[in-house]
Amino acid sequence: MQDLSLWAQFAQAFSYSFVIRALIAGVFISLSSSLLGVTLVLKRFSFIGDGLSHVAFGAMALASVLFTALKISDELENAWEMAIMLVITTLCAVLLLRAGQKARMGGDAAVATVSVGALAFGYLFLNKFSTSGNLSGDVCSTLFGSTSILTLKTFDVVLCVCMSLVVTLLFVFMYHKIFAVTFDESFARATGVRASLYNLLISVIVAVIIVLAMNLVGSLLISALVIFPALSSMRVFKSFRAVTICSAVFSVVCSFTGIMVSVPQGTPVGSTIVAIDVAGFALFCFIGFLRRVRAK
Amino acid sequence: MTLIKCTDLSIGYDNSVVLEAISFEVCSGDYLCVVGENGAGKSTLIRTLLGLQKPLGGSISFSGGLRQTEIGYLPQQTVVQRDFPASVTEIVMSGFVGANGRRPFYTRGQKAKARMNIERMGLQNLVRRCYRELSGGQQQRVLLARALCATDKLILLDEPTAGLDPRVTAGMYQVIKELNDEGITVIMISHDLTAALEYASHILHVGRETFFGSKEDYVSSGFCERFLKGSKASSAS
Repeated sequence: MQDLSLWAQFAQAFSYSFVIRALIAGVFISLSSSLLGVTLVLKRFSFIGDGLSHVAFGAMALASVLFTALKISDELENAWEMAIMLVITTLCAVLLLRAGQKARMGGDAAVATVSVGALAFGYLFLNKFSTSGNLSGDVCSTLFGSTSILTLKTFDVVLCVCMSLVVTLLFVFMYHKIFAVTFDESFARATGVRASLYNLLISVIVAVIIVLAMNLVGSLLISALVIFPALSSMRVFKSFRAVTICSAVFSVVCSFTGIMVSVPQGTPVGSTIVAIDVAGFALFCFIGFLRRVRAK
Repeated sequence: MTLIKCTDLSIGYDNSVVLEAISFEVCSGDYLCVVGENGAGKSTLIRTLLGLQKPLGGSISFSGGLRQTEIGYLPQQTVVQRDFPASVTEIVMSGFVGANGRRPFYTRGQKAKARMNIERMGLQNLVRRCYRELSGGQQQRVLLARALCATDKLILLDEPTAGLDPRVTAGMYQVIKELNDEGITVIMISHDLTAALEYASHILHVGRETFFGSKEDYVSSGFCERFLKGSKASSAS
């Protein structure tokens, strides 16, 4: 491979269908995951993504143990697994958001409890019941998504694309309402916006995104996919619309680049994408800094 | 024409009563100032009027074509807003979201009305600016323009001059007075009794004792002097 130039390596990567599938899924997942980032960051819910991703890990462990026990293994195994993860993660998302509002147990404490608990139980299930020969490899790939995006079947890609499209469309149609509820919930409520409905919707969408993004970067790195695009564009842009559009573009570009770099280099996809996200964040911080200096 | 009528209202949280036996009414064109010590329950009263929490007893009725969701509310600033990336136009337009119900986007008429309210507040040169870069007084005008998008009849202001310097405060009171002169009913919470006595037509005093009536009655009732003395004594100590 040494004699191939970087571009030739990229070109070669495109000739594999698993790379194309990974790129399609990656682009759609990163598009949908970046949209709600701005809202979550501004509502001080950055960590809810992290907590929920651990819940999704626990749910996945539970699902895979269940399948092994019931000896189910067919084409649809991934889809079923996803469905179980979705249900459990959504339930937790709703509960956590409620806890955040009622504040009987602080929102952050609730997130921490649920997230650590789910992580522990997930590993416990896998360790106790899994029949897999390579347990630590399994756990590692769930946590860091090391190869899962490259092993997607066509059906999984279609599922990812459809769910991402639903999330994106919902976001577009609820855009003004989400803005109003994020900027000023009391005002929105007072003028008759059903704020609790939209908060519920936000938590359901977040849960869907988490489950989707687990394929791309694994459960430990999902927060990066939600937060970095939003934080980066908030450094540079000044209107909610510009910030939202920029985070979507930022996220898609980073994921695309990440996959393209990781395939020929043989690096893990998830951590490569997140590393590029971090680099992008640094770049945007610098641009923001330059802008402020120039403004003075 | 009566817009809001509260009868024997008691308010508070989770069955702990903050204020009780409040009765007052707001008529079209009034300028009502709600005054009282800190912690007297002014903000709770506002939240109850807006329907953000249920009254513990008594009744609030809306009439004269005013619905509860048609009150233009100017809340106090929250922590979230101080660092919020949003342009002036985006914030002003968000005043329409409640009225839009299920409709996902704004209409052309709403855009025109938002422009009008932006000009009314003298913000036309700032429309593209970011909210967090504006001065405190400009931010309040943006939120007031948003409130005007949500209502044609009544605005409800929660300490609109908190944290503003004296010159900007005077400007803010002037803007509110002009809106009132144009026929918009004003309910304002304030701890600034001097301003209340200068601009308001009616006073609602809440706290250990409750008073509701015209400004002239309030001054002659002796309530006012006791309150002033009390606040001076507490600020001296």
